[in-house]
Amino acid sequence: MSLWEYANPKKFMGWTGPVLPWAFGAAGVCLAVGLFWGFFLTPDDYRQGSTVKIIYLHVPSALMAINAWMMMLVASLIWLVRRHHVSALAAKAAAPVGITMTLIALMTGAIWGQPMWGTYWAWDPRLTSFLILFLFYLGYMALWAAIDDPDTAADLTSVLCIVGSVFALLSRYAVNFWNQGLHQGASLSLDKEENVSDVFFFPLLVCIAGFVLLFVALVLLRTRTEIRARRLRALQLREVRT
Amino acid sequence: MIALLLRDLRLATRAGGGFGLGLVFFLIVVVLVPFGVGPETAILSKIASGILWVAALLAALLSLDRIFALDFEDGALTLIATAPIPLEAVGLAKATAHWLTTGLPLTIAAPVLGVLLQLPANGYSFVALTLLLGTPALSMIGTFGAALTVGIRRGGLLLSLLVLPLYIPTLIFGAEAARRGTAGLDATTPLLMLAGITAGSIALLPFATAAVLRINLR
Repeated sequence: MSLWEYANPKKFMGWTGPVLPWAFGAAGVCLAVGLFWGFFLTPDDYRQGSTVKIIYLHVPSALMAINAWMMMLVASLIWLVRRHHVSALAAKAAAPVGITMTLIALMTGAIWGQPMWGTYWAWDPRLTSFLILFLFYLGYMALWAAIDDPDTAADLTSVLCIVGSVFALLSRYAVNFWNQGLHQGASLSLDKEENVSDVFFFPLLVCIAGFVLLFVALVLLRTRTEIRARRLRALQLREVRT
Repeated sequence: MIALLLRDLRLATRAGGGFGLGLVFFLIVVVLVPFGVGPETAILSKIASGILWVAALLAALLSLDRIFALDFEDGALTLIATAPIPLEAVGLAKATAHWLTTGLPLTIAAPVLGVLLQLPANGYSFVALTLLLGTPALSMIGTFGAALTVGIRRGGLLLSLLVLPLYIPTLIFGAEAARRGTAGLDATTPLLMLAGITAGSIALLPFATAAVLRINLR
């Protein structure tokens, strides 16, 4: 019994079926609790007023935007090394979710930025890197859409994902060098003296957990859809041949 | 490998090869910019180095889909792949040919076009130097993109969507070095980073190029 057995499409469909409602349920509970707690039970910030509460959407979505790409990178590597079809399909399934998270992070940031920084958009390094990440997601999805043969598409997008990761990372440090930022430094790290106050921190943690669960649930759901679509395609091909 | 390089150079420079097209495109973009932003000398001289960089990048992009597409269509790429040189070397030769036919002419033309954009006098050498350092990376990254989309019919638009984000670090460091040099500031750090990106691309991307070519030729 090895971990890889769960990547067998049939096994995968078997265990994700029962897990899926629980994942969605847990995500819903976490998000409901976290957002309600964050929006209604925490005080306004003394300088930012109620706009501080956008943090409960902005930070988790930004985290997931990056982690979704990381997950796609790992899935692509697994596909290239071990040729598990579910892995390639999971990478494909994660991209639209990741790009949505990127958009949520950019939009909430813009909405918060207007009253706080006085502008919807500034060429701040983090904003710029997110925009670049958005472009990478677009290219990745466009390449998936452009190729008919699923295995070729999986191979090519995997290589693009790996090369893209390197260049996305390069861009991240290049824009840091290119322009000074408006963002504050890290305020959620576990080992720093100066952190965001606990009042805001705990609901934020619940929201992050909610977003992670939501991401997992959505990716599982989309991967299941992809597997079904692949099966359908195989059946149709068989019918055409006979 | 040298034979392949010479063949590509010959194909590019003879009729229908589109050798001068990139240069003409570069010229036109540079001419269009003052119409867009207005003819004030102060503004133009401030943005000249950046405009030259962006225009050079777009001109390099223009000829990318020629790198593999024609050879793929008439089957020459399959023959080249079975030739006794590794596919990595093919990628490198193709990128070199692309650079010799676009990157190098652009580098030589850029200071001349800088005159049109009121580029300050000390900026000429920096624009030429950064382009000389940066355009090989553009060609190499572009060759990877071209290999990626070679199997897709009418993949030109997709190619630019894939390649342009990959160009961002090169553009940032190249334009930044040119800007700092033109303004009389110390440009050592971005120049070193630019050279690093170029060296890294040339060292690593041929392998990625060969990998995607193998997939596309399967």
